[in-house]
Amino acid sequence: MNKTITYKLKEKTLLFMSFLLVAVLVISSCSTDETQTVATFTELVWQDEFDTDGSPDPANWGYEIGTGINGWGNNELQYYTDRTENATVQNGILIITAKEEQFGGASYTSARLLTRDKIEQAYGRFEARIKVPAGSGVWPAFWMLGADCDEVGWPQCGEIDIMEYRRQEPTSVSGSIHGPGYSGETNPQGQITKSYDLENDRFDASFHVFGIEWGPDYINYYVDDVLYNQITPADLKITPDDGSGELAEWVFNKPFYIILNLAIGGAFPGPPNAEEVFPQRMLVDYVRVYKQSNN
Amino acid sequence: MKNKTLNYSNIILLLVLFFAFTLSCERDLSEEVEFATFSNSAEIFIDAPIGLGTDFYFPFFGSKATAWTVDESQGYESNASMRFDVPNANDPLGGYAGAIFRVDGAGRDLTGYDALTFWGKASQGVTIGELGFGQDFVDNKYQVNASNVSFGTNWVKYIIPIPDSSKLIEERGMFWYSAGTEQTGGLGYTFWIDDLQFEKLGTVGSPRPEIFNGNDEDSQTFIGATAFPIGHSVTFNLPTGFDQTVFLTPSYFDWTSSNPSVVSIDETGFNTALSPGEATITATLAGVQATGSLTSTVLGNFDSAPTPTQNQADVISIFSDAYINIPVDYYNGYFAPFQTTQGQDDIFINGDNVINYIDLNFVAIGTFLDVGSVNATEMTHIHIDINVQEAIDSGDFINIQLINSVGNNEASGTVPISGTELSAYNWVGFDIPLADFGLASRSELGLIFFISDATISNIFVDNVYYYKE
Repeated sequence: MNKTITYKLKEKTLLFMSFLLVAVLVISSCSTDETQTVATFTELVWQDEFDTDGSPDPANWGYEIGTGINGWGNNELQYYTDRTENATVQNGILIITAKEEQFGGASYTSARLLTRDKIEQAYGRFEARIKVPAGSGVWPAFWMLGADCDEVGWPQCGEIDIMEYRRQEPTSVSGSIHGPGYSGETNPQGQITKSYDLENDRFDASFHVFGIEWGPDYINYYVDDVLYNQITPADLKITPDDGSGELAEWVFNKPFYIILNLAIGGAFPGPPNAEEVFPQRMLVDYVRVYKQSNN
Repeated sequence: MKNKTLNYSNIILLLVLFFAFTLSCERDLSEEVEFATFSNSAEIFIDAPIGLGTDFYFPFFGSKATAWTVDESQGYESNASMRFDVPNANDPLGGYAGAIFRVDGAGRDLTGYDALTFWGKASQGVTIGELGFGQDFVDNKYQVNASNVSFGTNWVKYIIPIPDSSKLIEERGMFWYSAGTEQTGGLGYTFWIDDLQFEKLGTVGSPRPEIFNGNDEDSQTFIGATAFPIGHSVTFNLPTGFDQTVFLTPSYFDWTSSNPSVVSIDETGFNTALSPGEATITATLAGVQATGSLTSTVLGNFDSAPTPTQNQADVISIFSDAYINIPVDYYNGYFAPFQTTQGQDDIFINGDNVINYIDLNFVAIGTFLDVGSVNATEMTHIHIDINVQEAIDSGDFINIQLINSVGNNEASGTVPISGTELSAYNWVGFDIPLADFGLASRSELGLIFFISDATISNIFVDNVYYYKE
């Protein structure tokens, strides 16, 4: 199963790649082996394989509830609940279900699970195996927020989006960071982002592994066995340009927590088509966190 | 040692044979069967027709047979393409363009592909009525098309997904099209297609099949009634993120009856009511459950109307299996906005066609639009068999109205049938003298109305004909 790795990287990344030679064998619970040659952090420190049916393990996962402010800042259409109708574990898979129903003033329900105050870590490798839903107007995401968001606020706390997907680009996912000076809320937007395109395949057709490997001065993004981007402090151009020539602040040097959610509507995917069918489901086979094992 | 080695290999060989034999005992195809293999070539037209043979272009009836040519002056990133000159609607050689491209010889194995793709453009912005594949003028078993495909004036790539390529082990229908001038005021235009081929894209996905227009339908029927399913399509999501719906023949679906002893259904979707009871028809397409279903309640044997006895020579038949019928425009005009009546010649039982009007307030059989009106001057009576499918209350009625010379100094005459003349769940035959309608002329009869004003809402109608005594 050794696949040819297609590097789509800048020169400096290729230099960095020269010592990324350790092949890590990732064995999924669905018996498809993926040979990972893009990540070096091998010491597993936390995982949820979703092996126990029922509600997601409360030791690992909490919930955001409701509609947030302005639809979680994105004019999203769903009401998030902690009901098993919206998030449940069955047959080794976490199922996040978006339903079309009147609930709490919203027309849809769904779930946003997060490890805040439970699993928070600075640096490491964060990886999940996910099948995104095949529907319009839904916005599955695997992402992280700085654990100090409640104190310092967003975007100062930092945001690492490991995977975002929308049906407008069924062969593509994007990985991004948001922070002060590159929040994504300005014009031009300013978040640091890159898309990864599948060839001769689409993301809603099957499970894929989405991950980052995050060190003190870099974040590497990968999908399956392809490393497709590296973001470093040198990439943090302030947007809009303030003329100072200085780079924005790198805020990815503190603990972050993990978020899995399935939003409905919002600016990124737009609203569902009128004929869209619900429920829509995001499937998560596992979430794993590693750290660098050089100590 | 040498002998022993040989023995071992013999034993192994025996074991292999044993396992091969054991594994094959499910009585699938014998392992000696070799499937005939057909060409799996993908290309249909890349600057010239490819692998179609010599006799491959078959125009549709009434279309302009010369509409298609190879244009040697332009193409997509090339100097040649297929050119389709859609004629003006009043072109005496054919008022539209349409044809199939059928392989002259054995079909192709398309099981390795998931879409028909091509580049297209037109002389003006226009929608092309139908573009597809799988039509072979033999049984058109795996016909597919996209409808109202929007063409602009610059080259764009189009993708028509294959609903289930595993069915296409030998397909001769490579391409078909039909294009008219409904949206251009009857004026012709030109469109071009190039790089027409089957592809394995991998990026066409999330199929959403539907049957019965995606609805869960109910119907009542009788033993012996046969029908094909209606309203099936499948919508795919393209790599561009846009959805593409294609229409397809029912043979692509795998059909299931919840109770095959009540309603049986074959691989083409043809279904037959066999015994009293209830059965629901559902389907999957390439393993994906289609939305929509039809639940049929089979009531029992159908009580057919008595067979008419007049001689064909004395009859102008509108609707009867006993006579040769004249062409009609419709058995239900669905007049908006006041008509509620649904249904027409929907019932077909053991060779007997029957009209079923439901939600009746009024309805008409038309013979004045595209067909000739009826000259009943020589006729003396109109015959109609009616079977009311509900209890009859006092005051119920069905008025029969004839219209002569529709829309041109028209005249109407009415004969009432009172509820007391009708019988619930029984056929009653009416032979109404045409003189009773009081028409000055009956040389251009164009409409036969059934008017109940909703006093009676569900009737069977059969054997509608004029005759002379």
